[in-house]
Amino acid sequence: MNTTTVSQTDFAKSGMFTVATLQKAVAFAVLLLLVVFFSLMSPVFLSWSNAINIMTATSVNAVLGIACTLVIISAGIDLSVGTLMTFCSIIAGVLSINLGLPLWIGIPGALLSGAAVGACSGAIIAYLKIPPFIVTLGFMRALYGLNIVVTSAKPIYFDDQPKYSLISPDSSISALIPGLGIPNAVFVMVLLAIVAAIVLNRTILGRFIYALGSNEEAVRLSGVNVNIWKVGIYALSGMICGIAGLLLSSRLGSAQPAIGMGYELDAIAATVIGGTSLAGGRGTILGTIIGAFIISILSNGLTVLSVADEWKYVATGFILVTAVYVDMRLKYRG
Amino acid sequence: MSSSEKSHGAQSVSGPKLIELRDIEKRFPGVHALRGVNFDLRAGEVHALMGENGAGKSTLMKILTGVYQPDSGEIIVGGKTVTMPNPRAGQDLGISIIHQELYLMNHLTAAQNIFIGREPRKGLGIFVDNQKLNANAAAIFKRMKIDISPEIEVGGLTVALQQLVEIAKALSFNSKVLIMDEPTSALNETEVAHLFAIIKDLKANGVGIVYITHKMDEVKQIADRITVMRDGQYIDTLPQEDTPISKIISLMVGRELAHASRAEGKVGHEQVLKVSGLNAGKMVKDVSFTLKKGEILGFAGLMGAGRTEVARAIFGADKVQSGEIEIHGKKVKVKSPADAVKQGLAYLSEDRKRFGVVTGLSVRDNVTLPSWSRFTTAGFLMKDREMNKTAAEYVEKLKVKTPSVSQIVRLLSGGNQQKVVISKWLLRDCDVLFFDEPTRGIDVGAKAEIYKLLQSLAEQGKAIVVISSELEEVLRLSHRIIVMCEGRITGELDGKTATQESIMHLATQRQSKAA
Repeated sequence: MNTTTVSQTDFAKSGMFTVATLQKAVAFAVLLLLVVFFSLMSPVFLSWSNAINIMTATSVNAVLGIACTLVIISAGIDLSVGTLMTFCSIIAGVLSINLGLPLWIGIPGALLSGAAVGACSGAIIAYLKIPPFIVTLGFMRALYGLNIVVTSAKPIYFDDQPKYSLISPDSSISALIPGLGIPNAVFVMVLLAIVAAIVLNRTILGRFIYALGSNEEAVRLSGVNVNIWKVGIYALSGMICGIAGLLLSSRLGSAQPAIGMGYELDAIAATVIGGTSLAGGRGTILGTIIGAFIISILSNGLTVLSVADEWKYVATGFILVTAVYVDMRLKYRG
Repeated sequence: MSSSEKSHGAQSVSGPKLIELRDIEKRFPGVHALRGVNFDLRAGEVHALMGENGAGKSTLMKILTGVYQPDSGEIIVGGKTVTMPNPRAGQDLGISIIHQELYLMNHLTAAQNIFIGREPRKGLGIFVDNQKLNANAAAIFKRMKIDISPEIEVGGLTVALQQLVEIAKALSFNSKVLIMDEPTSALNETEVAHLFAIIKDLKANGVGIVYITHKMDEVKQIADRITVMRDGQYIDTLPQEDTPISKIISLMVGRELAHASRAEGKVGHEQVLKVSGLNAGKMVKDVSFTLKKGEILGFAGLMGAGRTEVARAIFGADKVQSGEIEIHGKKVKVKSPADAVKQGLAYLSEDRKRFGVVTGLSVRDNVTLPSWSRFTTAGFLMKDREMNKTAAEYVEKLKVKTPSVSQIVRLLSGGNQQKVVISKWLLRDCDVLFFDEPTRGIDVGAKAEIYKLLQSLAEQGKAIVVISSELEEVLRLSHRIIVMCEGRITGELDGKTATQESIMHLATQRQSKAA
């Protein structure tokens, strides 16, 4: 081996990135397999309208999955993404309906409140050194309660803000290409995925997300203020939950205070199926998007085949465990 | 201490062959790890296996313990050709290994660790017989003449004591073949002497020991035969008695090394660091010292003397109770590593993998980690090209052996990982560097390179503290040596006149109440 050459050898390829790529390839193959399988089983499945159904259904979970991915790569966990999502949609409703403020206040308000709550849990995790699992479990429960209290358990309808539907169900692209009908929610998801991938790979925050997940103590001893970055990571995750909240409430036309619980598990499942390691240090946004699609295609396909709803949970559970098994096998090879 | 132990390993041994490896071949994708390696071990001998990192020692031992299977070649145990499909098979044949990195369950007690999976039972085999468990462990400890309570949680023990628990575990198997992979890397001189006494005991009982080490003086003390490997190849097997150290080294590296020398170079007059009355935790008591520009200050002492704790306290990694720190004549408050780095301090931990490098990140990312703010535009976007360029400069300057700056640090050897750590602090412009065991787990050739690097850093005006448990290393590098014992400084020696004996004298100078 040369002493200082900056060239690629087969040695360099045996790093973690190959494993990540392989993992994604496997997940993508599973995705294709599911599509082929359901297409053969039912002619309805491959229709354009069903494809739009699937994309719409995926968008919220994929966005929450992105929030989880950032936190999980940093070796944290966020169980509060579901109820925080609902909290943000309620803030949007309170601002733009109850207080009658314009949407350009209501929407950023929802995102900022998500970031603020995320920063709070991040600060508790970083400065009080309480494990993220506990802190975010607490926030999940507390926000669930708050959501009910703030709304007196009644949904807030966005009927007075007709433009609110622009966020998710409307299809701006139809104005350009009639008949395409892809709802805006899908574009929000894609855009966010691209931005998140750039944050992870091109910004210093992303670098610290991987570094903290890989070895927090070494980062601290490098003179980096680890706590501030942790707060930043959870704040960003919280803001992304706000985006999910806007998507969901826009689609439903209302902020529903009782929902949210359970969404975190689907988001974490998507993240893990996509190859992100719960131990931290490893994972990609693309993987999470694929993971989210696997879950919703499974669910949609089984519905199309008129299989009882309960079976989709069984299938998701099976896929989740299998994905982690495959992931581990690949890691040992790599 | 060591002088009285020096001459006991030398007699040649002619016991029966316990194991024999013939023409072992092993390939991994892209690497020919072992090429026709021969090795044998007789009852009652210590057979040193030597070679630089990457020479194939670990692979060979993994084959001997059933972790890997050879592509071709023969393994003969007790006169019979055997195959070992898994580590359990190796254990059943009476082969035990004590790894360099310890495999202990931190939350279990010493006794629970030793007998894990083999606990004595009572009450129809449903309950663990804790009394018997602890008694059995205590008996082994007694045989080893060490004072560890069987009921103590292993996680709370020092590395040295943890290692002794591992050895106790191997002894509990009554193994005929014991492989020790750098067993003394975390032990102080007293503990090493202790270990050697235990090894002598085992030899007398007919146990054969494969002893992997980089330390020449140890080989001279206890080995009967020496086998040298290089680049996966079997080089030679020699009787220890007739083989001078220089010969072993030249076989290992394939070239002659310069003789060990004492510290040279002029120390500046400018005082860079002054620590007075430092108290931190239980391990740092009233520590005061100064450090000049261009100086290498050695910190010697036994394991647990508080040297690492002094460095961590100054660096802000641990809480300080009292004391003052002056840098370039100015009083400073260091509350966190971030503060310390701003003041130009750097700490290079003894435990590189845990505290030094982020093993999952690339060389480039590790080198630029403390200086990240220099490589961002608009405060958050990374300047990849500049990062690559800067990292490549340091890779070049420090001769880091890596195929590229995007290589994951985990895949580098110990010596090269250490160079990555040094690079990151140099890039951060730190001028006071604390090196904690700078050459632990680093092979002979790379060691000499690290020494040279430290010396040239001092010549360039950096102020350096070297904490080391290897007396030879302290003596070779330091202009001045501070010796610690039980959290206090017990003396200061001139690097030119200090001897191993004078250091050991101070290192064992306990407070009267403890003596």
